[in-house]
Amino acid sequence: MVRAEWAIFEEDYWAINNALEDLLHSSHAQNILLIDRTGQLISQAGEQVNFDLVSFASLCAADFEANYQLAKLVGEKDFSTLYHQGAKESMYLGKIVRGVVLVVLFDKRTTLGLVRLRVKRTVEELEIIIDGLYDKLEYRNEEYDDFDDSFAQEAEAEIDNLFVE
Amino acid sequence: MSLINYSSREINCKIVYYGPGLGGKTTNIQYIYDKLAPDTKGKLVTLATEMDRTLFFDFLPLELGEVKGYKTRFHLYTVPGQVYYNASRKLILRGVDGIVFVADSQDSRFDANIESLYNLHENLKEYDLDLTSIPFVMQWNKRDMPDAVAVEELEEELNPEKYDSFEAVAIKGTGVFDTLKCVAKNVLRQLQAA
Repeated sequence: MVRAEWAIFEEDYWAINNALEDLLHSSHAQNILLIDRTGQLISQAGEQVNFDLVSFASLCAADFEANYQLAKLVGEKDFSTLYHQGAKESMYLGKIVRGVVLVVLFDKRTTLGLVRLRVKRTVEELEIIIDGLYDKLEYRNEEYDDFDDSFAQEAEAEIDNLFVE
Repeated sequence: MSLINYSSREINCKIVYYGPGLGGKTTNIQYIYDKLAPDTKGKLVTLATEMDRTLFFDFLPLELGEVKGYKTRFHLYTVPGQVYYNASRKLILRGVDGIVFVADSQDSRFDANIESLYNLHENLKEYDLDLTSIPFVMQWNKRDMPDAVAVEELEEELNPEKYDSFEAVAIKGTGVFDTLKCVAKNVLRQLQAA
């Protein structure tokens, strides 16, 4: 069995993407990202961005995590949503389950109220998908486990090729 | 926590550089960033103070290329070394797949190494992890310093479990890639069938 603590399968990936696309259209946001708490980008919907998405996801996770610790310090269980307001662009972050975070980037074409309202529904949808995904990981199908010796050998060769001075 | 996306065929793994303040963690990452071809690396993100001390973390995404059809990425992080930034250190360890401990070989930093290693054990415990379950590599950095402690002594005091270890002078790049290769390979081996 693969040791990775979590994985995304084909049908869940599409279900997630559909939920993100629906939110994108119903909230009139520019961009929606789904990230996990370790800073890894799971999926994204919306316009092409002109910044580094991988770094962005990593910083969003750090932001959320730092605020989680702040919440604990002031006696809250967590801050389930965060809002960053800019002159033109704003961000709204919402906690889902299992350390997954939804990030919505939006501008003047919509309002915080509408984004907040639409996010609420999407969070519920995504919670069902993510919980289901974890259930699947517990009773996973062997056909997905294709990380055998040849994978390790190929990976090691790639590592040797890439990390040269 | 490595993330495998079977649909977009991607594997993401997280490697954290840990160790005492001013030990050379950021220097390791900076050297890797400077040496790698542009198409294999992302943006180097540094959250540092004005004095160039790491405040929260440094972050560098690396793309290994395709392995058996899977796009494989490593996310390298450093933690702030100063004792009082423990809350930040703990955050960065969440979901870690592999750890490099950058020890400072200087005699004057010997106790700082011990303290940082102890702190690592304590912080991992909070995530129900320990070094037997995570790929761990030791780096003896600053081997060029005049008061560098003998490697045998460092091994005896800081690495009795005999984890893989490498001598390094990170500022010149010595040992940096050997350390990274070792931890990266160990992380991917963990993905294999148990």
